[in-house]
Amino acid sequence: MDIGKDLVAASATPLVLAVLGEGESYGYAIIKRVGELSRGELQWTEGMLYPLLHRLERRGYVKTVWGRSETGRRRKYYRLTGAGVEQLAIQRRQWQVVDSALRGLWFTAAGTVLQPG
Amino acid sequence: MKNSRSLEERLGEWRSYIRRRQAVHAVDADELEDHLRSQVEALSEAGLDEDEAFLVAVKRLGDLDSLSREFAREYSERLWKQLVVAPGAGAASSAASRDAVVAVALAVAAGLALKLPELFGLRIAGADAATSFYLRNLFLFVLPFLAAYFAWKRDLQPSGWLWLTAPFIAAGLVMNVMPFKASGHTELLASLHLPIALWLTVGFAYAGGQWRSHEQRMNYVRFSGEWFIYYTLIALGGGVLVGFTVFLFQAIGLDAEPLVAEWVLPCGAAGAVLVGAWLVESKQSVIENMAPVLTLLFTPLFALLLLFFVATMIWTGNAIDVEREVLIGFDLLLVLVLGLLLYSISARDPQAPPALFDRLQLVLVLCALLVDALALWAIAARIVEFGFSPNKVAALGENLILLVNLGWSAVLYTRFLAKRASFAALERWQTGYVPVYVIWAWVVVAFFPIVFRFQ
Repeated sequence: MDIGKDLVAASATPLVLAVLGEGESYGYAIIKRVGELSRGELQWTEGMLYPLLHRLERRGYVKTVWGRSETGRRRKYYRLTGAGVEQLAIQRRQWQVVDSALRGLWFTAAGTVLQPG
Repeated sequence: MKNSRSLEERLGEWRSYIRRRQAVHAVDADELEDHLRSQVEALSEAGLDEDEAFLVAVKRLGDLDSLSREFAREYSERLWKQLVVAPGAGAASSAASRDAVVAVALAVAAGLALKLPELFGLRIAGADAATSFYLRNLFLFVLPFLAAYFAWKRDLQPSGWLWLTAPFIAAGLVMNVMPFKASGHTELLASLHLPIALWLTVGFAYAGGQWRSHEQRMNYVRFSGEWFIYYTLIALGGGVLVGFTVFLFQAIGLDAEPLVAEWVLPCGAAGAVLVGAWLVESKQSVIENMAPVLTLLFTPLFALLLLFFVATMIWTGNAIDVEREVLIGFDLLLVLVLGLLLYSISARDPQAPPALFDRLQLVLVLCALLVDALALWAIAARIVEFGFSPNKVAALGENLILLVNLGWSAVLYTRFLAKRASFAALERWQTGYVPVYVIWAWVVVAFFPIVFRFQ
């Protein structure tokens, strides 16, 4: 399945914030985690993730710490700030509204699933 | 063993290419290298040998805007460098030449548009009525072409074109229908404020209609600073050219001055507006290095000047003399300080921690704030004594607007230096404040003449 470009872009910020909500992480691991969570449907590119991470840092939602990887090389870790946690809560509420609206349309009151086509 | 050594070598090469890109800082390169290594490890675990893993990993990173294109172009004989060349390299050069053609065509059009009124007998170096006409309409002959250039370049939506043309039409109507008194105050004020109002309309086109975006507004601030430098350079070169034109023709007994005054200077000055904009767009990296250096050089100098000025004022007890020229001079000074502030904010890496230059910047802002308050005091005293006049009210408005901006900037700067706020807050304050200037400029252009009965 090909997920539309607009949807990928729109969902990127809440996904990154939510992944970092699980604990601090770094670029490569974030891409991997999102890939796992979406069962491989969301294949982010580095060209999309790093600019996004840097933008979130600029806005003060995440902060960075230099640490070491398992093999001992320098690695940049990202961590949510207080403002980032707030932003995550805001995004979460917004997405829940969209999600429940869509559920309301896609599932009938009796609980049967409407299949497309 | 041999393989892993060559991997290290290649990573080293890759790193040095990436570091050569000014857009990529050393920290970004570290981050990207870690990413590349993680990817190589994962691919190796999946069964690829190191050569293949490296090629695949670099190919994936290749999407990272133009940095890869840049380092691939330098050493095109190597396989992995060819892999990262974006397919658009050839298309990009044809787009660049099309861009140049459009820019030059619009520059010529702007130059000729300026001469159009001559068909109706209004000569640039002509009688009073013509001078007054050109004073009021000068920017209406040039800025629409600049706006059109950006609208074309950014592929502006049809609804955007409407938003873009409306201010120009409104300005044309206001400046030509209202019965200004010949060489009156309101006419001069409207003519001085019109470029400010229209410059931000050009900004709408520059942002491709996304004028609400803070990033786009900051880009436009950056563009304006760089454009100003290019325009100054072109003007310098143009001056030399004009000097030699007159000199050479004089040597053979011909007077070239009328030709220069009627054609070369006005058309050149109008066309240079577009050429400057095109140069900023296409040769960005040249000025990107120069403009921050100039800001760095002049921020301390202006801070020093203001500091000495305030100290001298206190020492001697001399008050500011409220004449029209003085008011305009003070406004220009404050606008210049604001320009320095805005430009250094736009050129600064927002992630960088507070440094000495930020303290200097704060000193500059505080001095400007003090000078602004003193000027305001003088203007207010003058208004109380002699009543309102268009010049004094315009100066009062501008000083108040700048006072609010500088005051809050000083607060945000202090908080940033105390590490209690991010630099982004200061950026947002400045970009969010832009509409205030536009609204005030339009008020002076459109309402002042009516309120003050066109005097």
